[in-house]
Amino acid sequence: MPAPERSLTLFFALLLLLAGCSGPSPEKAAGAPARLELLNVSYDPTRELWRDLNEAFVPLYKAETGVDLEIKQSHAASGSQARAIIDGLEADVATLSLWPDTDALRKQGLLREGWDDGLPNRSLPYTSTVVFVVRKGNPKAIKDWGDLVRPGTEIITPNPKTSGNGRLSLLAAWGSVVLRGGSEADARELLRKLYLQVPVLDTGARGATTTFAQKGIGDVHLAMESEAYLEVQESKGAVEIVYPSISILHEPHMTVVDKVVDQKGTRNAAEAYLKFLYTPAGQEIIAKHFFRPTDPDILAKHAGQFPTIELFPLSKISGSWDEAQKTFFAEGGIFDQIYHPASRGADK
Amino acid sequence: MAARRILPGFRLSVSWTVLYLAALVLVPLAACVLKASSLTAAEFFRAVWTDRAQAAYWLTLRTSLAASVIDCWLGLLLAWVLVRYEFPLKSVFDALVDLPFALPTAVAGLVYSNLYVEKGWLGQFLVPLGIKGAYSELAIVLVLSFIGLPFVVRTVQPVLESLDAEVEDAAACLGASRWFTFRRVILPPLYPALLTGFALTFARALGEYGSVVFVSGNMPFKTEIAPVLIVSRLEEFAYAEATAIAVVLLVASFAMLAVINLLERRVSRYGA
Repeated sequence: MPAPERSLTLFFALLLLLAGCSGPSPEKAAGAPARLELLNVSYDPTRELWRDLNEAFVPLYKAETGVDLEIKQSHAASGSQARAIIDGLEADVATLSLWPDTDALRKQGLLREGWDDGLPNRSLPYTSTVVFVVRKGNPKAIKDWGDLVRPGTEIITPNPKTSGNGRLSLLAAWGSVVLRGGSEADARELLRKLYLQVPVLDTGARGATTTFAQKGIGDVHLAMESEAYLEVQESKGAVEIVYPSISILHEPHMTVVDKVVDQKGTRNAAEAYLKFLYTPAGQEIIAKHFFRPTDPDILAKHAGQFPTIELFPLSKISGSWDEAQKTFFAEGGIFDQIYHPASRGADK
Repeated sequence: MAARRILPGFRLSVSWTVLYLAALVLVPLAACVLKASSLTAAEFFRAVWTDRAQAAYWLTLRTSLAASVIDCWLGLLLAWVLVRYEFPLKSVFDALVDLPFALPTAVAGLVYSNLYVEKGWLGQFLVPLGIKGAYSELAIVLVLSFIGLPFVVRTVQPVLESLDAEVEDAAACLGASRWFTFRRVILPPLYPALLTGFALTFARALGEYGSVVFVSGNMPFKTEIAPVLIVSRLEEFAYAEATAIAVVLLVASFAMLAVINLLERRVSRYGA
């Protein structure tokens, strides 16, 4: 008869013991763990930018929440980074170069619909553009897009099929015609002549930089503004930047990867991380690395470094990125037509 | 199993072999084919047989073939020197042969293009003569022979080592000229090894990407190899189309290996 009673007391004793055990650390049970790891999967030329941003953000976050953050960076070409995430690389945030690369994650169910409204300014903490890098003194007197196709001018730009930078350069050249009153046929003709004068089509942006700066090939290099500044610094004055009158607005969207952060429980940290980019401190670091801050005050402060030229978004020349991809770069698109022997024959 | 074998462990070792082969080779290759087979026949054909793809295949085939032929000559010569002569630092030379295996091919591509551009060490002399060793078809042949060279040397070397020098002496005693001795006495037993080396170099060259993208210039219809097309399809997230082109290369490579294997068997039958 005492048996059930005894087991009941034992049960309660155990319960008390368990409650006592978890008693001393209520914050831990309720809040986030004291250590977190984030993975930022990004594109190539932002390596140094993110290193600086991480260095600034980690102590801030620690002071605010008591959490020790470790932020890991992964860099490669934007498209292959998107594929890596799709194939299972657990990125907490994706900070890729082109909208289609990030949107590919949505198509695979990694991001929620409407992801590009998740952060201020359409998820764009900074923008950039395509500019010209020329040899010192600009011997070929290249000032604008039309000058590129003068006979005897060699142009270095990566392959639009394999490089985001290459795609933006092509679209910038296209826009320089159609947004200044030219017809589509004129734009096509500019592109055709332009690519006839491209001696090497590197597969990525860094390869093109090497070809132009180190191997000394070509008269002008179509480069992202941030890369162009690095190129000038590296070359110690052997090359200089020329701003065309009009160019494309490069919009590298950033996003928290919803599926991953919800699984790992890192959403708060990841969101705070990306929001930091919009703070004055974050924007200053961005400007220091020659990306255009979206905060007008900080941009104005660095106006000397970012001349105002006409920058057009993709939407001015194409309905959407998907449409642009189909028209220009897909199999049989405008880029393929330019290179088809039938359309080149007359010139070479 | 009826008869007892001298060496134990046949079943164990063969099951491991099959397991590893399946996990490391067959499953990935099957996955490749499976991915491509998500396309209908018409889609598959459209993906792999565009004008641009055809140009790329012929280029890849041409340059791989040229590189394999060059490597056969060069590899035979290298193996000959390494086996038949004694000279200082021979072991260093011997080790150097394997270097192309160890070097990331992208580095090789970068170095070659740096050497042969107009302002490069070699390019400054060659380009004025009209020899373009960078951003041309020649450039592709050059790097492909670089990455394939060890295959021929390493397949020919052991066979050459096993050849008896006395046979040559005998040939000389019987009045054969040197060229005759080389052609009729030394070369025939080397054919199977040379063919193997050729096939390996060729198959390797068909799929080479890293080095070629840096030296070829990647101009569509001119210097764009098939692997670059695969990458450009991947950039469009067109996985199935990309693997379709990969399957074509795979089949070409496999067919080549099969043909060579057949030839090799025939040659060794006559050779023996």
